[in-house]
Amino acid sequence: MAPLLEVKNLKTYFFSPGKVVPAVDGVTFHVDRGEVLCIVGESGCGKSVTSLSIMRLVPTPPGKFVAGEILFDGEDILKKTEKEMCGIRGNAISMIYQEPMTSLNPVFTIGMQIVEAIRLHQGLNRQEAEQKAIKMLHLVGIADPKSRLREYPHQLSGGMRQRVMIAMGLCCEPKLLIADEPTTALDVTIQAQILDLMRKLKKELGMTILFITHDLGVVAEMAQRVIVMYGGRVVEEAPVDALFAAPRHPYTKGLINCIPKTDDTRETLDVIPGIVPSPSNFPQGCRFHPRCPYAQERCRREEPSVYTIGATKVSCHFPLVSDGAEEG
Amino acid sequence: MTRQGQTPLLEVKGLKKDFVSKGTNGTKIAHALSGIDFSVYQGETFGLVGESGCGKTTVGRVICCLTNPTAGSVQFEGKNLFQMSRTELKTVRKDIQMIFQDPFASLDPRMTVGQIITEPLIIHKIGDRASRKREAEKFLERVGLQPSYYNRYPHEFSGGQRQRIGIARALILKPKLVICDEPVSALDVSVQSQILNLLDELQKDMGLTYIFIAHGLNVVKHISDRVGVMYLGRMAEIVDADHLFLSPAHPYTQALLSAIPQPDPKNIPQRIILEGDIPSPINPPPGCYFHTRCRCCKDLCVREAPQMKQIGGREVACHYPLI
Repeated sequence: MAPLLEVKNLKTYFFSPGKVVPAVDGVTFHVDRGEVLCIVGESGCGKSVTSLSIMRLVPTPPGKFVAGEILFDGEDILKKTEKEMCGIRGNAISMIYQEPMTSLNPVFTIGMQIVEAIRLHQGLNRQEAEQKAIKMLHLVGIADPKSRLREYPHQLSGGMRQRVMIAMGLCCEPKLLIADEPTTALDVTIQAQILDLMRKLKKELGMTILFITHDLGVVAEMAQRVIVMYGGRVVEEAPVDALFAAPRHPYTKGLINCIPKTDDTRETLDVIPGIVPSPSNFPQGCRFHPRCPYAQERCRREEPSVYTIGATKVSCHFPLVSDGAEEG
Repeated sequence: MTRQGQTPLLEVKGLKKDFVSKGTNGTKIAHALSGIDFSVYQGETFGLVGESGCGKTTVGRVICCLTNPTAGSVQFEGKNLFQMSRTELKTVRKDIQMIFQDPFASLDPRMTVGQIITEPLIIHKIGDRASRKREAEKFLERVGLQPSYYNRYPHEFSGGQRQRIGIARALILKPKLVICDEPVSALDVSVQSQILNLLDELQKDMGLTYIFIAHGLNVVKHISDRVGVMYLGRMAEIVDADHLFLSPAHPYTQALLSAIPQPDPKNIPQRIILEGDIPSPINPPPGCYFHTRCRCCKDLCVREAPQMKQIGGREVACHYPLI
């Protein structure tokens, strides 16, 4: 079966007078039905713009899709009219955002906000939609959902709000759920609750999830496959076990090694030197080369193409082999 | 926990802090801290962890004298910070400095890097203009920036570089105690380890003592010698960092530890999911504050607040500790 979502050579640029910011610069990946794909990367790597592109929520102008296609169920999203998109957004594809406080409307009760989405996409009447909203809130583990419907976002805690967001995202039984850093603003114990909930819902509803995060711990727990982004590009794509067991890209390896682990005995942590490049000023050649310990002349000149090693696809001139040494 | 033959650099006793808000629905009192005790010894790093709203930032702010406590005392080198005269306090403040969480909000955008770093020297009337500049440039280099950045403005720098500027500003007075309030949580993952290593290096070189406040437990464990786990304005457990992960004694610590996502797909820990949210500090539950979410809760926990007890080299506030 064809994958649910296929992103091919997507380029989303932002234009301002005298400046072009290539936020997403030739990204290719796919999401299979029923899997969880994680996108990992640091700020400015283009992971959020990728997800907004899939939702067609990139403000144009200044944003523009310069090239590429996004096939959802075989149809190119970038060719849809705005009206058609309204039928897809929140229905076939829905999104959970990072900030549960700012992504709910403070002047409407959560009931009104969930019911709105259900009525818009499913043509139910008010009572039916309300019943459905109660069912969804119950599903995401909110106690006494009936009275919660009458409450405003400010009356709920951060974890509760994120549950409401998830309920809203799921109320139209989307084929694809995009979760953009859904737990980053939450405490670890609440994060554990939400991740647990998402895993359970995925199993029950057979959802496909595109999960965006910067936390490798969350990746290890949620993902089946992972793509690592750096500087607007995909640098590595691998099944989760392979990624952690044998990272092929020096950036991935650096990222895994620089986080302190609970059973760590290292005195000093490994470091990726330098700073995350700004999208308006990406380096030439391989975009990671100024920070890469293995960088050579060729990396400065030439953009690496994609190599396949086992189940891993890596975009590097000198991908790492398992023991950490380089390959010619 | 007293170390033999050593007096603590900082001793916090019975610290309480209430925030009073007067609204249309009457006066509400938020008990941010309800009786905190701990000591910090010369040269060590004391980590403070807890979820948002547990009062860890308030502890830092009280120690820095940025806010006055409702009750309790903070002894720095044997003297109570809150019984000092203004002049005495000013000298002590030189010894206690703070590194803030948000490197974008904690640097004045209208001041140059040089002005930011030399400002503490000016306030404490140290040196003349030329020597202050020399000192600032030395510290810029020390924190891994180029001395030529002296005349630049904060907006020209990335988050990690700004945090380095913040560190230089905190250390230029050669303080004894540095309070690091979530110094890496606003930074990118690949930059966090740079800052952690820098803090570690500076501690060794300058003989600094840190209070390291964070919510990321693996970060705290990495940098700390001892860790205090806070919950809702009380200390749940104080323990050596090495023992923290091996054998947590408080059920809250145990749940908190199990909640950390591990970057290892083969070794996903058995998770203890805490039900519900942290209760509000405006209306904390009776007895042990944690009993509403605790797996091991018994009658006594609902009735009576547990006192800090010493068990096997650690301090635990729990009626039924896990060891």
